Amino acid sequence: MGWIRITEAFSAARSRGEGALVAYLMGGDPDPGASPTYIAALAEGGADVIEIGIPFSDPVADGPTIQAAGVRALRAGTTPETVLRIAAAVKRDAGVPLVLMGYYNPIIRFGEEAFCAAAAECGVDGLIVPDLPPEEAAPLEEAAGRHGLGLVFLVTPETRGDRARDIAAHTRGFLYLVSRYGTTGERRGLPPDIMGLIGRIRGATDLPLAVGFGISRPEHVRAVLACGADGAVVGSRLVREVGVGSPPEALRRLMRELKAATRR
Amino acid sequence: MRLSEYPKGGKYGPFGGRYVPEILIPALEELEEAYLALRDDPDFRAQLTRYLREYAGRPTPLYFARNLTRYAGGAKIYLKREDLLHGGAHKLNNALGQALLAKRMGKRRLIAETGAGQHGTATAIAGAVVGLEVEIYMGALDAERQRMNLFRMELLGAKVNLVDSGTKTLKDAINEALRDWATNVRDTHYLIGSVVGPHPYPMMVRDFQSVIGREIRDQVLAAEGRLPDLLVACVGGGSNAMGTFYPFADEEQVGLLGAEGGGEGERHAASLARGTVGVLHGMRTYLLQDEWGQIAETYSIAPGLDYPAVGPEHALYRELGRAEYVAVTDAEALSAFRLLARLEGIIPALESAHAVHAAIQRAREMPRDAVVVVTLSGRGDKDLDLVLRASGEGPREGW
Ligand SMILES: Cc1ncc(COP(=O)(O)O)c(C=O)c1O
Repeated sequence: MGWIRITEAFSAARSRGEGALVAYLMGGDPDPGASPTYIAALAEGGADVIEIGIPFSDPVADGPTIQAAGVRALRAGTTPETVLRIAAAVKRDAGVPLVLMGYYNPIIRFGEEAFCAAAAECGVDGLIVPDLPPEEAAPLEEAAGRHGLGLVFLVTPETRGDRARDIAAHTRGFLYLVSRYGTTGERRGLPPDIMGLIGRIRGATDLPLAVGFGISRPEHVRAVLACGADGAVVGSRLVREVGVGSPPEALRRLMRELKAATRR
Repeated sequence: MRLSEYPKGGKYGPFGGRYVPEILIPALEELEEAYLALRDDPDFRAQLTRYLREYAGRPTPLYFARNLTRYAGGAKIYLKREDLLHGGAHKLNNALGQALLAKRMGKRRLIAETGAGQHGTATAIAGAVVGLEVEIYMGALDAERQRMNLFRMELLGAKVNLVDSGTKTLKDAINEALRDWATNVRDTHYLIGSVVGPHPYPMMVRDFQSVIGREIRDQVLAAEGRLPDLLVACVGGGSNAMGTFYPFADEEQVGLLGAEGGGEGERHAASLARGTVGVLHGMRTYLLQDEWGQIAETYSIAPGLDYPAVGPEHALYRELGRAEYVAVTDAEALSAFRLLARLEGIIPALESAHAVHAAIQRAREMPRDAVVVVTLSGRGDKDLDLVLRASGEGPREGW
């Protein structure tokens, strides 16, 4: 079962005295040929779980950095099938748990069942669909379940306790805590109420809890782990490097710094 | 289940729903609750009615278009004159309703998307009169096409943000407004301009626009002593059409016809006539998309119709065959635009001209005692530039 590999990556990190580092890049960025090398660099730099984005024309949950990555990937001809191929290559070489992150419409178009079957075949362990709340998720949840994929849902500072518990009940792998209002993107600091927020959601679930949106510096990683999270998700900071044309080596270095901050 | 009883649990049969990032779910729940409480509140209804009557100019006339009727040579054609509403389009019906609602919910700020600039203008007007800060998102390409409306919104005190992402049109303006809302959801109301988006928007906007259809009913009964045979309206997101259709939804003898932007050649915006089902902007509905589910670039000469999706209630009406939807081309709309100006002395919005064309075609095949009502959703002053450019002529030649 794929999603168990995700949960196990969190436990393995914990038993080493570390938090888990979840690293995101857009699949097919800067182009389908170079993308696997960049994503492999995340694993080489110490990622415990890797998220690969599926580019979409209308990414409402994303800020400018990831939007731009999606545009690059789409211009280079990336399709969901391309991203699945990239995932398979990364899995073969790196072996870390993989989560695909993509908007719902391309998955509907592919067919929920066909998509989950293909993803499992390519070694994918979980899915994040940011515009699919649990109320609407039954068709994808069933297909994902049939193929052992975990659906990772998001909770936010707006999510009340009872709803957080419902969401957690639908979630497999880890629970994704969006740390702030707004879209993905780098921020200077963490929201002031981050400790209370993590504590509140921590109380609603036994799932591993990873905090994302705006996490871009080692001190952010250190802070959310100190507040009780099991992992930190870094996206835009990494995507930015690809956007400015840095070599994969730069990502490896950046990842080592972020990973070092997970050691307690 | 009767058609008028939809939505059920936020759905119109298989369509509609609430496909949004989790951060927006509590705001949508709060909005639905506030709206349902106020919908039947006598004080709120009286307040809205007062604004619509004294400020916006309701009721709008239903005009028997004698010359157009003679030209078509068939059914009697009536025009529902939403072009005479303050602001120049039907959009203010909804903008006033939502602005008053937002005010009562204690919101400080309104945001809205706009395509043609009509909904942005209506929101700026409503924000000014109700006393709320207004920020508008407009695709950079649309802003270029509708410069006067941009200036108009600024005069009305709104801040206008040009959107440079994606296709730089209405859908991208909606994306950007959704991102703003996710960031500022605590003090901001997102005033969506059509019967689109996540539940409860399609229902709420339909209800606010249904004043059009309710007035049509009274006015046609007064003029003809019976219900109309056919209602015709243009469909962008579908709000003037749903406002026209909804009060007649359960009366099967009243035909419903929607006119979409047929553009030219392969480029169009006819989501219902030629689209496939998918999810965009919080709703499951008909979309224009490619084989991978990427949203397609759309095109219509009418900026207000240039949108790759459509309201979920229209998707249901299409699925059930309750309404029919046709694609009207740029050229057909342009000729209806000129025709109405010359025959009736009314310059319609290019969007509305699509409905006029569809109505003429249909009326032609109907008996002379049949009654067709066309909703003229807006006036054409905003489009003079576009028409001039499309005709490739100077203003003095060939008119
Ligand atoms: C005059 C006019 N008619 C129609 C429309 C299309 O919107 P809807 O389909 O929601 O009525 C617009 C949109 O901007 C408009 O300005």
